[in-house]
Amino acid sequence: MFPPGLFTLQFMQNAWIAGTAIAIIGGIVGFFVVLRGATFVAHAVPRASFAGAAGAAVVGQSSVLGLGTFAVLSALGIASISRERRHGVATALILAAALGLGDLFLTIGHVYAPAVFALLFGQIVGISTHDVRAVLIVSVITVVLFAAAFRPLLLQSVSPHVAEAHGFWTRGLEILFLLLVSGAAAAMVPVVGALLAFSLMVGPAAAGSILGKSPLQALAWSVAFGVLSLWLSVWLAYLTFWPIGFYVSGFCLLFYFAARLIKR
Amino acid sequence: MTWYQYIWAPGIWGNPAVHTAWTAGTLVALASGTVGVFVVMRGQSFTGHALGDVGSTGAAGAFLAGVGALWGFLAAGAVTGGSIEWLGRRVRERDIATGVVMAFMLGLSALFLYLVSIYTNASNAPMAILFGSLFTVSPSLQPALLGLSIAALAILALIYRPLLFSTATPEVAQSRGIPVRLVGLAFMLALVVAAEEAALAVGAILSTALLIGPAATAARMARRPGMAVLLAAGLAVGNIWLGILLAYDSYWWPPIHTGWPVSFFVTVVSLGMYAAGGLIQRVRTTVREGGR
Amino acid sequence: MKIEQTVQTTPQAALEITDLGVAYESTWVLDHIDLTVKQGEFIGIIGPNGAGKSTLLKTLAGLIRPSRGEIRFPAARGRRHPVGYVPQRFDLDPDLPLRARDLVGLGLDGHRWGFAWPNAQRGRKIEQALAQVDLTGFADHPAGKLSGGQLQRVLIAQALVSDPELLLLDEPLSSLDLASAQTVVDVVHRVSQNLGVTVLLVTHDMNPLLPVMDRLIYVVNGQAVIGTVDQVVQKDVLDKLYGYDVEVLRLHGRILVVGDETASGDAAGFEHR
Ligand SMILES: Nc1ncnc2c1ncn2[C@@H]1O[C@H](COP(=O)(O)OP(=O)(O)O)[C@@H](O)[C@H]1O
Ligand SMILES: [Mg+2]
Repeated sequence: MFPPGLFTLQFMQNAWIAGTAIAIIGGIVGFFVVLRGATFVAHAVPRASFAGAAGAAVVGQSSVLGLGTFAVLSALGIASISRERRHGVATALILAAALGLGDLFLTIGHVYAPAVFALLFGQIVGISTHDVRAVLIVSVITVVLFAAAFRPLLLQSVSPHVAEAHGFWTRGLEILFLLLVSGAAAAMVPVVGALLAFSLMVGPAAAGSILGKSPLQALAWSVAFGVLSLWLSVWLAYLTFWPIGFYVSGFCLLFYFAARLIKR
Repeated sequence: MTWYQYIWAPGIWGNPAVHTAWTAGTLVALASGTVGVFVVMRGQSFTGHALGDVGSTGAAGAFLAGVGALWGFLAAGAVTGGSIEWLGRRVRERDIATGVVMAFMLGLSALFLYLVSIYTNASNAPMAILFGSLFTVSPSLQPALLGLSIAALAILALIYRPLLFSTATPEVAQSRGIPVRLVGLAFMLALVVAAEEAALAVGAILSTALLIGPAATAARMARRPGMAVLLAAGLAVGNIWLGILLAYDSYWWPPIHTGWPVSFFVTVVSLGMYAAGGLIQRVRTTVREGGR
Repeated sequence: MKIEQTVQTTPQAALEITDLGVAYESTWVLDHIDLTVKQGEFIGIIGPNGAGKSTLLKTLAGLIRPSRGEIRFPAARGRRHPVGYVPQRFDLDPDLPLRARDLVGLGLDGHRWGFAWPNAQRGRKIEQALAQVDLTGFADHPAGKLSGGQLQRVLIAQALVSDPELLLLDEPLSSLDLASAQTVVDVVHRVSQNLGVTVLLVTHDMNPLLPVMDRLIYVVNGQAVIGTVDQVVQKDVLDKLYGYDVEVLRLHGRILVVGDETASGDAAGFEHR
């Protein structure tokens, strides 16, 4: 059940700390992702940030820096070419372009394949103490931003017209939301990988929004499901050495189905 | 070495890999561009992208099971498309269902690719499956691609009017006795075929670019639906041709003799086309309103 | 097998509803509705928010299956579509590659397989339908860029082009300015007169309809009564329907139902979604 080293090995301690941090911010940012129906953006931003990590590898910079830069750039790109009621098109095109760029970096930079695999699918053994620090810093910034913007964002997500009438700057809030997603993305990708980071922003929050009767309840459920699925995943990934992203996405699906069944 | 070979590299017509890429790319673009118009009109970009993306799960699964990649792609697409239709009846629900289902499929993909890299010697298989290059398409795939493109176009042609009706005014369509959900399911089938065909031949990245870019540009520029469909098909074909041409040329660009990936060029052209379409549209409106 | 009555008093009934009940999950939204509408009548469906007006219309349009009771369209025998349905206002994407002509065309043959090949007769029918709603010259206008009132009229043309016996309109006047609302009322009234179409029009404010409607169906809490304005909009009738005291005020030719806390029948009305 609990093999030696699960809590004592340095990299496992790193995995527990970083994992818990990203599960929490996944849960809180995911709350807005689900409320706004912005699942595609939550998928696209971490995925696009992968190109930044590849680029950072080419020029020999830290991958978290590359991730963060591309996460923010893709978020701003989506905001700039989005049209009302057609976010999907903008998201798809920015995502495809970022991935094309990532492919270019990988091709001309000759990046080592296992490193790419880790960036895409996550690897808990790979988390260094340096990474933990970066993840924690980004997480704290994201949480502070979230707390500061909670009420206007909630109002705007639920009833955009009322928010506008109150004089909130709609586009500004939209960009703020996208920045929250990029913060979460930059923190998550090193741990669970670019392909699966979004499952932590979608599954737990979707389950939470089904079960919660008020916004705060939904938020609490969302964080609880996120942390629970991450802890179970870290444990199982250590037991089996299978990619952690597989477990995370599996538990997210499980919680979502469970919530839908309970509600029915 | 003359200047123009940076733009029109020598030997592009004689190269068999380019020839195959050309045919495969054209077949894929025709289906993607056409289906894409309805994807954009119905706001199903995320679903379209997800279907291309989960192809990697099917590919890796097929590799492990030792069956043809085509079956893996189609199976992954069918499972994903079916789950999305089943779980997401309402629009907002649909995107969440798409996200959760897609995440799980990608998680499976992670597992399969990990197993591939452990139990086989194909250390590069994950990269090939994830990014795939048009220049490595096997010529033996061409008949299958032709068949799939024809299938997608045939479904679309058959349900064209009911689909347009259910897309524009779903409640009115339903009151006329059109089985709106069934029409949606038939369209999903065409979308699965087009997206998986594209993911197989040109990779998941290009699948999304070809499905959304030309169609969104055409939907924005054309006034009538039939024109939008034709324009999208044309733009998609032009998009892939230009991508192939530039990728072939890039062999002579720095770092010399490496060649830049086709996916880079196709995605950039796709995004650029959409932006240019927006610009043209804005100029047209300004001119029209200025004339009044 | 039911044998339809062939001999009827004229004008024939366009719609007969007997003991209709509609339930969402376990709550009854409409219960024990009995009413008959004559051919060519202009009927307003009035009532506060959440009363069940849209549910009634959707059930008639075949979008919701009744949980109990029967709906019949005796006068529509032989017609392909007994009803033409105009849904509650929705927004079309301004970039949609769809013209007013295409929307109306879908009403004509949108249920058929394959493409619509252009032909002169089809084009004439579409333009005729647009002319009936005062939109001559708008055939090639992008549907997503029409104003609210224009889109409403295009949807009416889309319904008319299938030659229905009944025209069902759900809140066509909400979120329109007074002038556009008046245009829509005039167009519907003229169509019902010229083509003999029976009209059922839902609105939360009955005043714009007072000059044109023959009778009204007043819906509260899933119960409905039908009759002329003078028969139905009476204190004793409405008290019974609402289940508590309301006041009916007549001021300068306008009617106000006071005491109805969900939607006082005043002209400002409520944003209804
Ligand atoms: N799809 C639905 N599922 C459950 N309840 C519904 C649904 N649609 C409407 N209702 C409920 O049925 C009642 C009548 O709604 P509706 O017919 O839309 O009223 P109206 O159009 O008169 O405002 C309301 O209480 C509403 O909440
Ligand atoms: Mg209503």
